[in-house]
Amino acid sequence: MTALVQVDDLAKVFDVSAPWLNRVIERKPRQFVHAVDGVSFAIEKGRTLALVGESGCGKSTVARLLVGLYGPTRGNVKFDGVDATSLDAAQTRTLRRRMQMIFQDPYASLNPRWKVLDIVAEPIREHGLVTDPGQQRAKVAELLASVGLAAADAEKFPHQFSGGQRQRISIARALATQPEFLVCDEPTSALDVSVQAQVLNIMKDLQRQRGLTYLFISHNLAVVRHVSDQVGVMYLGRLVELADKAHLFSNPRHPYTRMLLDAIPDIHMSGRSRTPVQGEVPNPLNPPTGCAFHPRCPHANARCSSERPAFKAFKGIQVACHAVEEGRI
Amino acid sequence: MPWAGLAAKWAVAMTANATLLEVKHLRVEFPTRRGTLLALDDISFSIAPGEILGVVGESGAGKSLTGAAIIGLLDPPGRIAGGEILLAGQRIDNLPYEQMRRIRGRQIGAIFQDPLTSLNPLYTIGRQLSETIRTHLPMSEEQARARAIKLLQETGIPAAEQRIDQYPHQFSGGMRQRVVIALALAAEPKLIVADEPTTALDVSIQAQIISLLKRVCKEHGAAVMLVTHDMGVIAETCDRVAVMYAGRIAEVGPVAEVIHRPAHPYTVGLMGSIPAMGEERERLAQIDGAMPRLNAIPSGCAFNPRCPKVFDRCKSERPNLVDAGATRAACWLVGSRA
Repeated sequence: MTALVQVDDLAKVFDVSAPWLNRVIERKPRQFVHAVDGVSFAIEKGRTLALVGESGCGKSTVARLLVGLYGPTRGNVKFDGVDATSLDAAQTRTLRRRMQMIFQDPYASLNPRWKVLDIVAEPIREHGLVTDPGQQRAKVAELLASVGLAAADAEKFPHQFSGGQRQRISIARALATQPEFLVCDEPTSALDVSVQAQVLNIMKDLQRQRGLTYLFISHNLAVVRHVSDQVGVMYLGRLVELADKAHLFSNPRHPYTRMLLDAIPDIHMSGRSRTPVQGEVPNPLNPPTGCAFHPRCPHANARCSSERPAFKAFKGIQVACHAVEEGRI
Repeated sequence: MPWAGLAAKWAVAMTANATLLEVKHLRVEFPTRRGTLLALDDISFSIAPGEILGVVGESGAGKSLTGAAIIGLLDPPGRIAGGEILLAGQRIDNLPYEQMRRIRGRQIGAIFQDPLTSLNPLYTIGRQLSETIRTHLPMSEEQARARAIKLLQETGIPAAEQRIDQYPHQFSGGMRQRVVIALALAAEPKLIVADEPTTALDVSIQAQIISLLKRVCKEHGAAVMLVTHDMGVIAETCDRVAVMYAGRIAEVGPVAEVIHRPAHPYTVGLMGSIPAMGEERERLAQIDGAMPRLNAIPSGCAFNPRCPKVFDRCKSERPNLVDAGATRAACWLVGSRA
C-alpha cells in the first residue's frame, strides 16, 4: 500500500491586518492567523481519512489547500508521489482532473441559472474528456444514475431539487472527471438525518465501486465513525491526534479527543448526564502558549503552558500531548 | 345528580393543574395565490409544569411553526385557522396583540437558534436584560440590574458584573446563547419555547448549553418545549418527545420508548438513519425520497410514498394518533393491531 496523498508540514497563514492607513494612523500591528500550522498525514489509496474539529480549527483550510484553492505558506502536498505545489499550470490542470471537491452547502455550490446537464458536464467539457454533445449527454445521464437520480433530471434547474438531491448533483459533478481522490468538506452537514443517510450510503457505494480515496471533513464524530478508516483530530490549526478509527473511538488518547467524544449526545444513553468540558475555543489570533488546549485541559501542568508538544508516534497512533507522552494519562 | 357536576368540575380543575400548555387540534394555514397551504394540521399535545417536551422532525415538518404559533409569532400571511392553544387553562391563540405581548416574555420565554440575531447589536447586554425585566416585573433600574447580573451568573457567564456592560459582538457564540437563555428566564416564565437552541453551536459548547438549559429550567420550575432536529439532544434532555412529519404528529411518547421501541415506520426509519456511536454498521438504514412539499402532500397518510410497510388503506385514509403500547402513533398498522 502506498499513500495516494501525502501531506508534509502543511501550513497556511492569513494576513488579517488592518488596512495600511489604519496601521499607520492608529498604530495597529500587523496580524496573522495561523489557520493551519504544520499538519502532516498520508491517505492510502481507497481509504478514507476524516478530519474533525470545531469551527475555526482549520479543517476546511486543509481541504482547500489539498485541492489547490489556496497555496500553502509552508510545506507540501504530494499526490501520487508528485509534489502538487511545484507544478506548472498545465501539469496542475491534469492533476486537477484526478482530484475533485464536494462542498458543504448544496444551495450555494450549484449555479442556479444552469441546468443540471451543464453543471455536471462542465468538468467534462473543461478538461475536454468528451467533446461530442450527444456523448456528453449520455455521460451525464450515466453519472446521474450512479448517484440515484434520473436521466430526465438533467434538463431541470437546481431549484427544482431538494437539499439531498442537490448534494447528489454535486457528487455527480465531482465524479465527472473520474477522479481518484475526493475532498468532501462537510458534505452532509446541511442535510436532514434521513437524507444524510442516503448521501453517506451513496458515498460508500461509490468508494467500493470506483476505489475512491476520500478526505472527509466533518464536525460530527458519529458520521466520521461511520465513513472513515482513519481519523485526524484538529485543534487551532494543528493535528492533536491521528489514529485508526477503531483506536480513536475505543481508546482516545488526547484530552481534546476525549472531550469531543464525551460531548456527543448519544441517543442510546437516554437520561445520562454528561459533565461538559468548560471553556471555549480560544481566539486563533492570539492562541495560548505551549499546548493550545491547555487552558481547557483537565490534565494540564506547567510544562503544557510553556512548551508546545510535538506530534509524535505513540503506541501505533500519533498524538501531540505531554501528558500522554509522560504517561500521566 | 349533584355529584356528577362536582366531579366534572373537579376533573376540570385537575386537568388545569396537570397541564401547563395544551394544544388542541391546531391548524395553521398559509394563504397563497395558488391556494391555501396547510402547514400544520390537527396538532394536539400538552406539556405538564416542569416537563421538557421535545419536538423533533426534519426541515419542513412544521416543528418551528408549532413553536411560533404558541408564542404568537406566526409570520403573516400564516394564520391559525383552527384549534386552540391553552396556557394554564386560558386560551391564548385568539388574544389581541397587546395582551399577547404581555404574556410573551412574562409567561412564555423564547430561545431561538441564532443567538446573534436574537440580540440587539446596538444595546449592551445589561440594557436588553433590564428592559425585559422592567417590562414585565415592577422593579427599579437598580433592582433590574442586580437581577440581570444574577441571571448572567446563573447562566454561567464569568465576571458578570463587568460583562453586563458589553455589547453582543464582544461575546462568543456560546456566551451569546447563555445571554439569550438569561433573557428568556428574565421574568420567570412558566414555559420556555426553545427553537433549535444548540444547532448553531459547536459540539463542546452544545453540551454546555444543554446541561445549562436543563439545570436552570429545573431550578426555575419552567416547562420547556424543545424544538430540534437532533435526536441526540432530545434523548439527553427531554421527558417526552413528539415526532413530526409533514405538518402532523407521527408519534408522541416518553423519550426512551420512542427511541428504543418506535411504533411509527417513520420514527423507525429516522432512528435507523442516525449514525450512532455505539455500533458498527456498513450501511445506514435510509428512508428513500424526501419530505413532501406543502403543496403536494399525498392523500391518506403523508408518509405513504416513503413507507416500507405501506398498504392500500394508507393511500386513501389518513390515520389519527392512537395508543401504540407506551407511545401514541398515527399509523394504520398500529390501528389495525389495536
